[in-house]
Amino acid sequence: MSADFLYLVEVILNGLMAGVMYSLVALGFVLIFKASGIFNYAQGVMALFAALTLVGIQTGQVPFAHLINAIFGTNVHHFGWQVPTVLAIALTVGVMVLFAILVERYVLHHLVNQEPIILFMATIGLAYFMEGFGDIMWGSDIKTLDVGLPSGGSRWLEDYTLGWAAEGERYYGMYLDKLDMVASLVAIVLVVSLTIFSQYTKTGRALRAVADDHQAALSVGISLRTIWVIVWAIAGFVALVAGIMWGAKSGVQFSLSLIALKALPVLMLGGFTSIPGAIIGGLIIGVGEKVFEYSIGPLIGGATENWFAYVLALMFLVFRPQGLFGEKIIERV
Amino acid sequence: MFYRESGDFKKTYKLDSQTFPIKFDRWRYYFVMLVAFIVVPMFLTDYSANAVMIPFLVWAIAALGLNILVGYCGQLSLGTGGFMAVGAYSTYKLMTSFPGMDMISVIMLSGLVTAVVGAFFGLPSLRIKGFYLAVVTLAAQFFLVWLLNKVPWFYNYSASGQISAPQRELFGIVVTGPHATPVAAYLFCLIFAVGLAWIARNLTRGRMGRSWMAIRDMDIAAEIIGVNPLMAKLSAFAVSSFFIGVSGALLFSVYLGAAEVTEAFSINVSFAVLFMVIIGGLGSIFGSFIGAAFMVLMPVLLKNILVGGLGWPTDLAAHFELIIVGGLILVFLIVEPHGLAQMARVLKEKLRLWPFPH
Amino acid sequence: MTEPLQKMEAASKLLELKNIDLSFGGVKAISNISFDVMEGEVRAIIGPNGAGKSSMLNVINGFYHPQQGEIWFDGKQRHSMKPYQIAYQGIARTFQNIALFKGMSVLDNIMTGRFTHMHKNMLWQALWKGPAEQEEIVNREFVEGIIDFLEIQAIRKTPVGRLPYGLQKRVELGRALAAQPKMLLLDEPMAGMNVEEKEDMCRFILDVNDTFGTTIVLIEHDMGVVMDIADRVVVLDYGRKIGDGTPDVVRNDQTVIDAYLGVSH
Repeated sequence: MSADFLYLVEVILNGLMAGVMYSLVALGFVLIFKASGIFNYAQGVMALFAALTLVGIQTGQVPFAHLINAIFGTNVHHFGWQVPTVLAIALTVGVMVLFAILVERYVLHHLVNQEPIILFMATIGLAYFMEGFGDIMWGSDIKTLDVGLPSGGSRWLEDYTLGWAAEGERYYGMYLDKLDMVASLVAIVLVVSLTIFSQYTKTGRALRAVADDHQAALSVGISLRTIWVIVWAIAGFVALVAGIMWGAKSGVQFSLSLIALKALPVLMLGGFTSIPGAIIGGLIIGVGEKVFEYSIGPLIGGATENWFAYVLALMFLVFRPQGLFGEKIIERV
Repeated sequence: MFYRESGDFKKTYKLDSQTFPIKFDRWRYYFVMLVAFIVVPMFLTDYSANAVMIPFLVWAIAALGLNILVGYCGQLSLGTGGFMAVGAYSTYKLMTSFPGMDMISVIMLSGLVTAVVGAFFGLPSLRIKGFYLAVVTLAAQFFLVWLLNKVPWFYNYSASGQISAPQRELFGIVVTGPHATPVAAYLFCLIFAVGLAWIARNLTRGRMGRSWMAIRDMDIAAEIIGVNPLMAKLSAFAVSSFFIGVSGALLFSVYLGAAEVTEAFSINVSFAVLFMVIIGGLGSIFGSFIGAAFMVLMPVLLKNILVGGLGWPTDLAAHFELIIVGGLILVFLIVEPHGLAQMARVLKEKLRLWPFPH
Repeated sequence: MTEPLQKMEAASKLLELKNIDLSFGGVKAISNISFDVMEGEVRAIIGPNGAGKSSMLNVINGFYHPQQGEIWFDGKQRHSMKPYQIAYQGIARTFQNIALFKGMSVLDNIMTGRFTHMHKNMLWQALWKGPAEQEEIVNREFVEGIIDFLEIQAIRKTPVGRLPYGLQKRVELGRALAAQPKMLLLDEPMAGMNVEEKEDMCRFILDVNDTFGTTIVLIEHDMGVVMDIADRVVVLDYGRKIGDGTPDVVRNDQTVIDAYLGVSH
């Protein structure tokens, strides 16, 4: 095998891994969209907020330390204890559930029956609010998240593939991030368990009923409000998983919330209502932007990853507006 | 009391369709113009011009533009930052390539360039609706910023990648560059703001404005009475982008003086202008101005109170700004989706009857 | 048929549909329907729910493109056209579920109906003073005529969203009339109205037909109304035509009675 070919394989594999990360965020979007027709722009900020909370609890940060210090002139920052990772994750899940309840009660409940575009803008407002709130609560400095996930490249893979290149070519083996591999595994587990949950549990059936038809679901005695809280809580959990993966990869910082923007084209490709669509859309975008950057990028100045996904989604939308797996939209007069 | 309407009958359709049909409103409008053109320049300081008045006018023009697209035509756009960048870079290229060209033409031409770019990115709007379209405009945002950053021709191969506005005069008065006085810069922006607001009003009250609103409210019904959806949407994109381009041109040449595309025209700009439109009022020209005023004044006030008054660190004040902006967006969407302008309208209805409401 | 004869026929026929076939995927909505509309008449389309009546209107004003068949309007065969181009040909319509512009006033809604009669370009409109304003006023005068005709003077500046159902229907009719159409398509203009409102609407329809000479095609479920105001009636059932003729003929047609009218008639 030629080294060029091996590089391409490596690029594709890395693209797949990056795609998994996008899919993780897109998954949260799909869940909320299916159950409430809301396009939740705040999903990315939820991931940021979840990761911030996790780090904060784990390292024993004093919440609102900044604010307290500014008002009372004190200088508190840490309680001085470390919370075990598992407990910290459990507590963060609790915070995300609480968040879901608050969002339902104070925002969604008042916006029932509004146009989708109004709801979308409301979630942008929610995103700003949460971002400011997260910053005030935990501070806006970049934090490292350590929950014991492996990091760095896989030496084993590098050594194993070293001999694959043709004789005489300079090739150092294939580089894949161990964290990315773990993330892929986690994503698979998450998707499988979500599928099982929605297919085989009573709550799952209720969720699907609501997704199909709000009115009909109400008429058989399903509480919309409860369902929405559950969905937002699950989306919060998915956000936490995404936050952990992204946070462990590149630190917990503001740019984490921008992955929400990347998830948008993923959804355009996969369709807003399809969980497999979100996964495959993420993979296509991940591979597409890596391969484009690898092959065309050097010719036009690089950093094409900033816009490639959006332009791909644009092209795609013009020819198939409902996405790969979305249901065909039939317009009735 | 204030709104004395009895005896103020409209005898022609022309009088009936004027912008301020009530005499009190008309006088108030003349009064505001008088204050803006004569009184404000007399009291303008460096700080009040650069922190409040000039940004207010520049953002108001951008908000007007976005309001035409979102508020009147119902097409959500998140590409405002990218389009402003196009306006800014067009101005830079025109100023440096044709040093003799007068600034009014430069700014107007920049607007036209942006209008063409905007119309191009509006093309998918025929097939794509709602937030699908919003994502397409995100493509415009990221692609344009990338393009302006990556092709050195756009910033004349400067080493820093920055563009900076050379000094230019209008009627012998310096309006751009470091030697422009605050008054000159303010009046220059004011002329554009007032002129463009007048054009926006004219476009939205006539045939074209009605075709936009028809598309917004019920696109199918609009089509059967002869509105070509593509033309209506493209014209909205073009007009909107023209305004936004002018705003970007003024932001760069008059207000900032120097700019770097990834910082000055990021996605946050797109959101900020969208917020101005929502808070001010979708589909209201007056609302675009109060929305811009709000978004410009609020950080200044917060900074003065929290940092200046209470001595808090600036980053904390910035976080509070996020919370307040986000919270207000939610409050407005829940309580009054038509924004401050609608609140003003309701107040006016009450005042018209005051003090005898029955 | 010889060439001149066909032309003469087309002159008196405003609209002719020949062998129209329309299907969505595998579902056949209209199969092999032909009928014509003479200039100046009131033509009714009746039939049970799902018979393809609304689809028929959608074919006429270009929302649906039939897979087969010919459409002749005003003496010319129509090829694939967009709905807004058909508006310029002189076909206006109202909808079964009111399709007004909710955010606009009654006046603006009806003014929008004048769209095809206003031509000043964007630059004139941006300036407003001069030609654009002049054009606006001329059209405003026409629209005020329609407002008078429909007796809705008092609500001209009210946002349409606030109006009761019957008035909204009237405004929608006004918007269609503002276009001065050659042919007006009305999709259940009297659905959901009480007797008085129905009487008003009937009066407006007949007045429009008389004073402006507008050809009218309407879908209506109230048989009393149809029999009173229609000159000729087409009966559809399951996407096929089962009757066509004057109200008297249709009323006594056995197939029509079996399929739709029922025995009591």
